[in-house]
Amino acid sequence: MSWFKRSKKNFSDDTQKMDLPDGMWMKCPECDEIIHKKQLESNLWTCVKCSYHFRIGSEEYIKVILDEGSFKEINKKMRSADPLEFSDTKKYSLRVNDAIKKTELYDAIRTGTGTINGKEISFGCMDFKFIGGSMGSVVGEKIARLIDKSIKSKIPLVLISSSGGARMMEGVLSLMQMAKTSARLAKLADLGIPYISILTDPTTGGITASYAMLGDVNIAEPKALIGFAGPRVIKQTIGKDLPKGFQTAEFLQEHGFIDRVVSRKELKNTLFTLLEFLN
Amino acid sequence: MAKTILDFEKPIYELEEKLAEMKKVSDNLDIAGEIKIIEDKVETLKESIYKGLTRWQRVQLARHPERPYTLDYIYMMTQNFLELHGDRTFGDDKAIVGGFAKIDDHKVMIIGHQKGRDTKSNLFRNFGMPNPEGYRKALRLMKLAEKFHRPIITMIDTPGAYPGLEAEERGQAEAIARNLLEMSRLKVPIVVVIVGEGASGGALGIGIGDRILMLENTWYSVISPESCSSILWRSWEYKEQAAEALRLTAPDLLEQKVIDRIVPEPLGGAHKDQELAASILKKVLIEELQQLEKIKPEKLVDMRLEKFGKMGAWIE
Repeated sequence: MSWFKRSKKNFSDDTQKMDLPDGMWMKCPECDEIIHKKQLESNLWTCVKCSYHFRIGSEEYIKVILDEGSFKEINKKMRSADPLEFSDTKKYSLRVNDAIKKTELYDAIRTGTGTINGKEISFGCMDFKFIGGSMGSVVGEKIARLIDKSIKSKIPLVLISSSGGARMMEGVLSLMQMAKTSARLAKLADLGIPYISILTDPTTGGITASYAMLGDVNIAEPKALIGFAGPRVIKQTIGKDLPKGFQTAEFLQEHGFIDRVVSRKELKNTLFTLLEFLN
Repeated sequence: MAKTILDFEKPIYELEEKLAEMKKVSDNLDIAGEIKIIEDKVETLKESIYKGLTRWQRVQLARHPERPYTLDYIYMMTQNFLELHGDRTFGDDKAIVGGFAKIDDHKVMIIGHQKGRDTKSNLFRNFGMPNPEGYRKALRLMKLAEKFHRPIITMIDTPGAYPGLEAEERGQAEAIARNLLEMSRLKVPIVVVIVGEGASGGALGIGIGDRILMLENTWYSVISPESCSSILWRSWEYKEQAAEALRLTAPDLLEQKVIDRIVPEPLGGAHKDQELAASILKKVLIEELQQLEKIKPEKLVDMRLEKFGKMGAWIE
């Protein structure tokens, strides 16, 4: 028996993960309001009653942020090479194939160019549904090339993060993508090209500890979970429940790491206004 | 402190004990021949065990409680070490140490994670797990080095950045991210050496450099084998498999082109002969510094960007 025992009674149940289930009607996990999918879409996937922000992916964010039809994707088909031939309870190569089939994406980020009210930007958006939005070599390389695009075309960079962190199945190479992307951002900064980082639910681990925190301006969506260590790990470390609102977008703004919490409906306008100041 | 014997080392110690007993009684008996045979056996056994270590066994060696830590290396390798404290913002993190030192005739800034030896010193050092102010102290010292044109050596040995409440409040992620960005454009040579554990972002936070070295019995990965096991296998029991799958040893990382060089350790690990381990590392560091000091600062920064830019594997 161990000397130190953590009391279970300090822990409450973990909050449930929420994703968009199938069907035409959606229930808001916050206020239980029943919303039709069409209604939800026209409300930019936020609850009509309590403005809860549903978790969405690149397809939706392209609609939220960019002018219609302006997105031109680059490096679309880049995919993981499984450098370690990694296998746990399942082969990583199979995991990747399954994710590709299920999500119709090639990896956890889409990158390209597009316009915001006519202003051209480099745009990257992560997809949490692709292996937890984790960053392996493909995500790192696509971001690096997107930054190069910004440098070459002298256009601002906007990145939307939604990720559990670096991808375990590519080992240290995933870790090195944090270095790769941050180093490239240093070059972008040296050239005076603006970078706006948008953090959405959830942004944790190696993503927060690299490009997501390095924007000239960091914006977060309301109530998004943002942090370095995941709440469960911290809970285990300190041995009690976490304070209410810990690691939310609002908490990070309060502690000085997020410039502004911006609701999804205001996102495009806020970006446009900011870019006018920065460019 | 009691000697720590790892499970796979037991056969060696058993044989050595037998040898010691035989030597004790050898005055009365004529067994010099037998002693010689056992001595040879010990050597062969050591060779076969230490040359054929599994990845998990190397992880165990990297964490060996008798292993030299950053300050041990600093005192053995350098002269005039002048420790400098604090991040000028919040406080002085004891899990990262740093200061000016002379290594041969190179005046350098040397920074590293610091673990403790016993319970008391481990609590003082937070088990080598830095808070944000540790990374910010490191960056402050690195910028100081840049200002006065001194090369930087960083030594990595951490089970990870501290996952605590206050660490989050003070921006653990931002502190690490900032270091990655700033280190990538420092206009002085940076040599990074993993001397023990290189756990994820907590290691990388002082790990951007022109040359990345690993001591022979160390590990460096995106996650520890235990945590990887608990997440992917949903149990702590698969750490050996996780270590194999992660390919986290020095030879692995050399193959993956993440590190530039492996620094040999005395047989059985750096703790078996600390002075020898330090003298080997010292020699290597001096070689690397001499090479890097010839390169112009702007070129150095470009090369560093290119170095990390190449890392990874993908299919197009």
